[in-house]
Amino acid sequence: MAIQGFKNHPYIPNSVVEVQEEMLKEIGLNNLEELHAEIPEEIKLKENMNLPKAFKSEYELRRYMEGLLSKNKSCKDYLNFLGAGCWQHYVPAVCDEINSRGEFLTAYGGEPYNDFGRFQTLFEYQSLVAELVDMDVVNVPTMDWAQAAATAVRMAARMTGRKEALVPKSIDTERYLVMKNYCSPDIKFIEVNYDEKTGQLNLNDLKEKISDKTACVYIENPSFLGFIEDHGREIAHIAHAVDALSVVGVDPSSLGVLTPPSQYGADIICGDLQPLGMHMNYGGGQAGFMATRDEEKFVMEFPSRLFGIAKTSVEGEYGFSDVAYDRTSFGHLREGGKEYVGTQSALWGITAGVYLSLMGPTGMWELGQTIMQNSQYAIKRLDQIKGVKGSKFDTVNFKEFAVDFNETGKTVEEINKKLLDKGIFGGKDLSKDFPQLGESALYCVTEIHTKDDIDRLVSAIAEVVES
Amino acid sequence: MKRIDRSLKVRTGFHQAKWDEPIIFELSKKGERGVLVPQADDEITKEVGDGVSKISSSMLRKEAVNLPEISQSRVLRHYVRLSQETLGADVNIEIGQGTCTVKYSPKVNEQLGKLPGMAEIHPLQDESTVQGMLEIIYETDLAMREISGMDRFSFQPSGGSQAIMAMASLVRAYHEANGEVDQRDEIITTIYSHPSDAAAPALKGYKIIYIHPDKDGYPDYEAFKSVVSEKTAAFFVANPEDTGVYNTKVQEFTELVHKNGGLCCYDQANANGLLGVTRAKEAGFDMCHFNLHKTFSTPHGCGGPATGAVGVTKELEKFMPAPLIDFDGEKYYLNYDVPNSIGKIRSFNGVAPVIMKAYAWIRSLGAEGLYEVAKIAVLNNNYMFKKLMELDCVDAPYIEGKQRIEQVRYTLEKLAKDTGVTTGDIQRRMMDFGMHYWCSHHPYYIPEPMTLEPTETPSKEDLDEYIETLKYIFNEAYETPDKFENAPFASSCHQVDESNMDDPEKWAITWRSYLKKYTEK
Repeated sequence: MAIQGFKNHPYIPNSVVEVQEEMLKEIGLNNLEELHAEIPEEIKLKENMNLPKAFKSEYELRRYMEGLLSKNKSCKDYLNFLGAGCWQHYVPAVCDEINSRGEFLTAYGGEPYNDFGRFQTLFEYQSLVAELVDMDVVNVPTMDWAQAAATAVRMAARMTGRKEALVPKSIDTERYLVMKNYCSPDIKFIEVNYDEKTGQLNLNDLKEKISDKTACVYIENPSFLGFIEDHGREIAHIAHAVDALSVVGVDPSSLGVLTPPSQYGADIICGDLQPLGMHMNYGGGQAGFMATRDEEKFVMEFPSRLFGIAKTSVEGEYGFSDVAYDRTSFGHLREGGKEYVGTQSALWGITAGVYLSLMGPTGMWELGQTIMQNSQYAIKRLDQIKGVKGSKFDTVNFKEFAVDFNETGKTVEEINKKLLDKGIFGGKDLSKDFPQLGESALYCVTEIHTKDDIDRLVSAIAEVVES
Repeated sequence: MKRIDRSLKVRTGFHQAKWDEPIIFELSKKGERGVLVPQADDEITKEVGDGVSKISSSMLRKEAVNLPEISQSRVLRHYVRLSQETLGADVNIEIGQGTCTVKYSPKVNEQLGKLPGMAEIHPLQDESTVQGMLEIIYETDLAMREISGMDRFSFQPSGGSQAIMAMASLVRAYHEANGEVDQRDEIITTIYSHPSDAAAPALKGYKIIYIHPDKDGYPDYEAFKSVVSEKTAAFFVANPEDTGVYNTKVQEFTELVHKNGGLCCYDQANANGLLGVTRAKEAGFDMCHFNLHKTFSTPHGCGGPATGAVGVTKELEKFMPAPLIDFDGEKYYLNYDVPNSIGKIRSFNGVAPVIMKAYAWIRSLGAEGLYEVAKIAVLNNNYMFKKLMELDCVDAPYIEGKQRIEQVRYTLEKLAKDTGVTTGDIQRRMMDFGMHYWCSHHPYYIPEPMTLEPTETPSKEDLDEYIETLKYIFNEAYETPDKFENAPFASSCHQVDESNMDDPEKWAITWRSYLKKYTEK
């Protein structure tokens, strides 16, 4: 059977046969089969691919896809306490409105004059995040926190000429796997222990493991396990004492209330923008940001695009362009540039800019405060359940906390299964990634949780563990 | 009242939106709020206090974040105005971002992306609660297998370049498993493949060897033969390359690499003209990647989020990033049983909405539709090619008289010689008629390059408008070459003075940096 095409398809204007004939005639061909004359016959397909038949209408497609998506139970249907790198926050309506604008949604790589809005918006995004982290340089966003952290480590390695990076043992396994692959084969990671009681980085162990081979000390604050690391300044100091860099990963939703890492010695800051206006999207809302001081030695190591404000040929008009373009693999040096650049997560950068513009200083403070209060309340109430420790670590937490179920005699898997029956997504089971914590789960409480939500969780857990 | 005269197919009356919006910080007015934030319940406050006083003094932020304070409607208006100053594919005849395959992104797919079953699902939810999502990823995998001939796909990479990095990681893992990782430290690519085909493998520690084109524009086989050896880890190549020339001897290239123990990695960023026509497998590749945001229609979003789907042969499946998505006959599940996995390329399972939209697009076209896409993309391209090559000032090196696939890299060398007007000047002037125009990646191997890729999206009328606009401008170049110096005239912004962009004293990457460098002195 000869290969068939799909005529009069709404996405393909020239699938109209009469038009095709006219165009074929213009180029001296008789039929569409004569196109692709350059492809050797032996590697051409001889019949149509074996794919499901096309839907006959947009309506049928919509019905089918809606049916598939409705098989998912969303966090609108269920009460969600999962975080661990993807967090449920309120997404202001204006964020969705702006990132749905067709002009932004479908733009790509235009020039600073015809994609002026894209350049200004991303410059503003850089500027807004710069205030949040109190640093002067922020990149056009990369893939996710993991990618941003991996690149931060590579930047530090290039700047110091060293090949070792120290990371806390409390790091997220997912993120760590991304970093290790990206930094292989030349960079070695060494894990630093944390204090079992407080979760804080063990400074003695850090001092033991740091050396003149250390390119950077990477920590996270708040940590993956939710506690606030209080020794940021000491850690940066220990790094700087051996001429290593201090790199800090941060959840930006905490920075209304927490000190930005630049103020305790961080040289490079990285993190994820998803909390700033992105829906969870099954993990598709992640976008990584990076920030440094405005020093040539840092700026020239970024692989990302950096949009700068510029003069134009008209006095008093703002223009924008790429700063130090030849750093990137898009420049003349190709693989001689820094790492590589390409399509990353620009639309989420635009959205994060909109979010921060809406929130303002008061909003970011209030966000942090509500999260602190709600999560402390949850810890306190969970603590009252027999056998449950609301927070494994004896430290102040932000948004997330490791709930200790070891004394309940039940596994997190069992508990989560029962919670699911009650319409609740319990916290991430830590028993696989952190066996030393036994049966513990990472719970996430944000500004979207009401007192009733938290009380419902607590009663459900009490019922499950006491049954 | 007369109708608009359309006899000239050029939008001479065009002007892009120009709002002269301030920088967002300049809109700040103390006390204004953009959105109100949920507050903790009074009873919670009673129980735990203000929450923040528990933060140690070293970790408590001392000063409020210096963000602007702006009312909601003003924030909205600011960003809507900036969107209007952005030339997305929804508003222009998108031909001039050559090699980027910017095509129509169906709105129905966007609307599906907003449903709670997509937007409001968490990646760590129990598998039983995300069966629809897993089914979509699994079914997309099956479709990609059929389209490429590969045996298994991962959707973790969230861009083409990250996909190339994933392929370079797979190459490393493969040779590591064979005990040849130290011996095989060279990657061969071609000068007309994407810069990331060199840059991403270089990141993974490989030496890069470039093959230049022969007189017909094919990668030079003799040069290739002389560099393939027991040191070759892999061959990374696009086909067609960015010239639109399809390497007819591709099988000889892949065979030679295999004979020498290397792997063949296919950058399928340029796959749009090949869907249902020819596949990676038959050409002898061990792995390939597709950009779902290009070939499979998902919107580019000003540069992501996106997906670079990586497919491999059965032999390489054990090295893939984990988890893979599988189906046991009853339910879909995350399969972590990938014995030699390279680890992870991105957190969680990739950019799920992009996978969903690509799947919906495939389902709206089927095999016949995908074939039609390829045929029309090539028809459109060769129609433009024919029309433009009729012009004296346009040429395209290589394979004279033969077809190109889905794009062409032209040269305006003669125009530049005759008039002094360069391809960069043409690029700026095209904007005055609402059109994108792209020259080439760097460095320019073809002088005064112009790269156009029409895809299947434009109609014949659209193609004619683009061609007529180019002709109009070429004509201007001969008649009034001085006009180009100050173009564009009808854009949101005039010519940007880039002189400060490479000067650390003068560049300003954020507003606060601008204030420090330009107003506080």
